[in-house]
Amino acid sequence: MTTFRLNGRDVTVDVPDDTPLLWVIRDEVGLTGTKFGCGIGMCGACTIHIGGRATRSCVTPVSAAEGADITTIEGIDPEGNHPVQQAWREIQVPQCGYCQSGQIMQAVSLLKDYPSPTDEEIDAVMAGSLCRCMTYIRIREAIKKAAANARGDASNG
Amino acid sequence: MGRLNRFRLGKDGRREQTSLSRRGFLVTSLGAGVMFGFARPAAANQIFPLDRALPGDGAFEPTIWCSIAPDGEITVNIIRAEMGQHIGTALARIIADEMEADWSKVRINYVDTDPKWGLMVTGGSWSVWMTWDVFRQAGAATRTALVEEAARLLGTTPDRCTVANGIVSAGTKQISFGDIVAKGHPSHSFTPEEMAKLPLKPASERRLIGNAEIKALDIPAKTNGTAIYGIDVKVEGMVYARPKMPPTRYGSKVRSVDDTDAKKIKGYERYLIIEDPSEVVQGWVVVLARTYSAAIRAADALKVEWTPGETIHTSEADIQDRGRELIKNRDGGVYIFNDDGVDQAFSSAHTVMEQEYTCASVLHYQLEPTNAVAFEKDGVYEIHAGNQWQSLILPTLAKALQVPESKVILRSYLLGGGFGRRLNGDYMIPAALASKALGGKPVKLILTRSDDMQFDSFRSPSVQRVRMAFDGSDRITGMDYQAAAGWPTGVMAQAFMEKGVDGKPYDQFAIAGGDHWYEVGAFRVRALRNDLAEKTFRPGWLRSVSPGWTSWGIECFLDEVAHRQKKDPAQFRLDLLTAQGRNKGEAPDSVGGALRQAAVVRRLMEKVNWGKTTLPKDTAFGLATTAGQERGMPTWIGCVAQVHVDRSTGVVTCQKLTIVVDAGTVVDPDGAKAQTEGAALWGLSMVLFENTEIVNGMPVDRNLNTYTPLRIADTPEMDIEFLPSTEKPMGLGEPGTTVVGPAIGNAIFNAVGVRLRHMPVRPADVLRGLQGS
Repeated sequence: MTTFRLNGRDVTVDVPDDTPLLWVIRDEVGLTGTKFGCGIGMCGACTIHIGGRATRSCVTPVSAAEGADITTIEGIDPEGNHPVQQAWREIQVPQCGYCQSGQIMQAVSLLKDYPSPTDEEIDAVMAGSLCRCMTYIRIREAIKKAAANARGDASNG
Repeated sequence: MGRLNRFRLGKDGRREQTSLSRRGFLVTSLGAGVMFGFARPAAANQIFPLDRALPGDGAFEPTIWCSIAPDGEITVNIIRAEMGQHIGTALARIIADEMEADWSKVRINYVDTDPKWGLMVTGGSWSVWMTWDVFRQAGAATRTALVEEAARLLGTTPDRCTVANGIVSAGTKQISFGDIVAKGHPSHSFTPEEMAKLPLKPASERRLIGNAEIKALDIPAKTNGTAIYGIDVKVEGMVYARPKMPPTRYGSKVRSVDDTDAKKIKGYERYLIIEDPSEVVQGWVVVLARTYSAAIRAADALKVEWTPGETIHTSEADIQDRGRELIKNRDGGVYIFNDDGVDQAFSSAHTVMEQEYTCASVLHYQLEPTNAVAFEKDGVYEIHAGNQWQSLILPTLAKALQVPESKVILRSYLLGGGFGRRLNGDYMIPAALASKALGGKPVKLILTRSDDMQFDSFRSPSVQRVRMAFDGSDRITGMDYQAAAGWPTGVMAQAFMEKGVDGKPYDQFAIAGGDHWYEVGAFRVRALRNDLAEKTFRPGWLRSVSPGWTSWGIECFLDEVAHRQKKDPAQFRLDLLTAQGRNKGEAPDSVGGALRQAAVVRRLMEKVNWGKTTLPKDTAFGLATTAGQERGMPTWIGCVAQVHVDRSTGVVTCQKLTIVVDAGTVVDPDGAKAQTEGAALWGLSMVLFENTEIVNGMPVDRNLNTYTPLRIADTPEMDIEFLPSTEKPMGLGEPGTTVVGPAIGNAIFNAVGVRLRHMPVRPADVLRGLQGS
């Protein structure tokens, strides 16, 4: 049995210790916003926050989550209105959308570390998040927009 | 529960999601394995915005394409797959604009398979182009019927009514579309002939078509985890499955299976050897387990011995050599153009130029691995999956299951990337057959990434031979273009093949682009079908299909000719885009012909200050232009790539892509830009970052550790412009892909004088070229 907090609630699951957290979140708990892409931690579609840090859930065994505080795309804002989510809609970032939960989770984490990120910082932190529709231009723009919104810049429109 | 309720209840999908997770907590904390149902009954389709439902009783349905409910809600039925193009929003604008609907009342409904929808396919950049007339007519029919009924209700005649934004007005009186349906009985139905005669709005009166302010209806769900893809489907009582892949695409036979080690995996249930009467799936073994992670491990632990198929030792080089052999042989192939005088032009030529261009295999790597949920209920097989060509796979599924086509229904979901991979629905077959073997029990089959790549229906490697004849004054007198590749349409959809000038069927998606719009004298285009490619793998349609690689040959070759003749490559092209003969274009799809391609090139030259810009050392522009996907639906496009070449490493960096497009009327300006951004970056990825190679009958790459598509840091600055036009809209999902490869190749030559004729361009090739020059 493993117990952790998921989006503010305690969850206990009875699965083998080496089960990837991704499948626990998707299939045992039933939150499917976190996606399966490569299975080896190289595409970023499965990105969640553990203790506030972006983590690849497909290569994280559930045993590593014991007692941890986990947030998924469903939990970053109760109304789905996190500044990053708002910026994503304003800039119309998603195309197929499959990678976007992971992109958003990575971007939320990025903005904690770099509240006013440069292109280079964005490229470095977002490098692990593959978007096969290639929405990269808009991801850069939306991250800057979210940063501006969070700072309350005049450009916040 | 879950998904259905999220669509049916409450305005706030988020709250429903929250309650779902709370329930997840309560149940899992008790240790019970309860499924949360996302699979929906037939009545609850994918609808956007997410908080809307299908109309209830009393809706007016003037055509199969839309309905208006008494509360004014307008539902537009979408038979195309949503895979990132926001196609429902684009198509709904067309019908709503013509109808004069209030956009805030419009919702889109992605329908399941039903013969009444006709051909269900999403590919070829066709969706807007093929729906444009149908939806404008349907919108006009709806408007006409509503105005007739409004006139009756308002005590006037239709000719005294005006209609705008969902309101019909006559003098000071007015009535909304919803009230017309609620209070009256609009019933006018139209024959197709009557629909075709209805007056349509002039371009100047359009409010939704071309409106840049409208947002895509599917995007909010893609920012909060509520969007449901095929891989998210859950059905009560389902078992998880992962296939164990045979060593060759075809002809492998299972000799023995040993599940001793698989049985040690907690949750493993059993394995099945799949026997497929449709012969698409050969030699697959499917592992069943209570969870997907158990299925992954059990499949790894399962020991299967196969007698492999005959292509077990086939390599990419073998396939390319076979292509060269086919081109060399004057017999065989299909002629797309074969003008009188080609042979004479070459035999009497003062000079002949000839080059070979090759392109490597490319994998789709759509981010959602292929998957399907299948079960049987009351004698009908339901297949829940994202798919691009339902009309193609449904008969194959019926054959595989050995049931009539009427006993198979495909339910539509969002696609986690299409790019052509899901035009081939082969991944549904093992799910369906596994379910059948279990007596109709629900099976959720997911390919892991390595399974998916191994059995991708990938872009065939190709060989192009391009020859041109010149007279004594360097005037082009003839051109002979030949290309050999595996034919996806030949393998999977023979009925869709076109006929050459010799009456023989050919795969237009394995030669289009070779039939360019330049004036080159007597012109021959011959398509060769690479049989060894088709024996080895299942060739697929990949974003931009053949124009994604024929452009590499045509546009690099033209640049080579221009340089040899010491002419400016842009001006050289303009001189050939004269719109004579077959290149003058025809209504309604190619009005203006090659002159529109020339206009695109001119605008591009203006934008980059072509020929007048000084760039740093080893940095240069390169230009390429195409007619997009096919001659019958030309999207005129040009690209200037700015690259820098590092002479010490051979690494090519693309600094900027400038792109000009004439796609006719642009229905969705922001979506058009997004599609062109993505398509162009696919082009960049295929020329500089990704490719695979067939080794021992299979693509050698199995995941991102060796397969390396373009990432955010590789993304250059982009400047995309659409030329204003009121011509019929053409496609936009793919044309951007076609121009980038050759623009990069030409820019490399302009930067450092190295001509590369193999795609992708690898640093080692650049270095070799630098050492040789």
